[in-house]
Amino acid sequence: MENVTQAMQGVPLNHYILLSAIVFAIGVMGVLIRRNAIIIFMSVELMLNAVNLLLTAFSVHHNDASGQVFVFFIMALAAAEVAVGLAIIVMIYRNTHSTDIDVLNKLKW
Amino acid sequence: MSISLFYLIAFLSIFFSVMVIFSKNPIHSVLYLIITFFTFTIHYILLNAQFLAIVNFIVYMGAIMVLFLFLLMLLNLNEDSEPMKSNLLKIAGVIAGMSLLITLVGSLKSLHISDPVILQTQDLGLVKNLGKVLFSEFLLPFEVSSILLLVAMVGAVLLAKKDTKRI
Repeated sequence: MENVTQAMQGVPLNHYILLSAIVFAIGVMGVLIRRNAIIIFMSVELMLNAVNLLLTAFSVHHNDASGQVFVFFIMALAAAEVAVGLAIIVMIYRNTHSTDIDVLNKLKW
Repeated sequence: MSISLFYLIAFLSIFFSVMVIFSKNPIHSVLYLIITFFTFTIHYILLNAQFLAIVNFIVYMGAIMVLFLFLLMLLNLNEDSEPMKSNLLKIAGVIAGMSLLITLVGSLKSLHISDPVILQTQDLGLVKNLGKVLFSEFLLPFEVSSILLLVAMVGAVLLAKKDTKRI
């Protein structure tokens, strides 16, 4: 474990920000291009994870443990969000027999 | 063991997260998402955030992914019933996401931070250190998040329960 973390000393902070930005953008794209509600939920999870990684990298960079505690709270929030969201999807499926979000366009008018 | 391990894992995270949103079958999407979360766990280990690595492993790969898989199996969704958007909307979505990415990267270019991430104290991400911070500075948010979890549990049961009166 010591050797692994010693090897990480050289990665610039920019590259962590870049990785998180790319994964976040992929999550946004997933929300935009898919119609299945479950895949949209997975994309939201990807975005949350990108933010988590960035918070951890900044926490290590600034030598402050608060960032990692925030990540812990985000994980609790993600678990709650997934439980309620999947329950809503189950209810939508029971009423419309699909998880296609384009079926639910009545709020548009 | 060199710095290139980070770049290898970063490439794998990006590759598998692209596979999540572009694979046709929802089951494959979930499996790729599990691999993506595993690469994130490796990132946490490389940052020496051991508590977060374990929690990410247990909560995301254990709990949340099993929930997703259960739902996919219960609803019996497969490739045939998978709704897809038209090609025009897909291209528009990809262009919009790329615009967001270019904006973020462009603002990053003007920042000029390129300090290497250096671990100053070895026990920063260990359970002992995080527990001290969590139960002194962040005690009230911790209690509030427990109420949030309770509310989510009650809400999920209430939503997913079959409404007997209406039928």
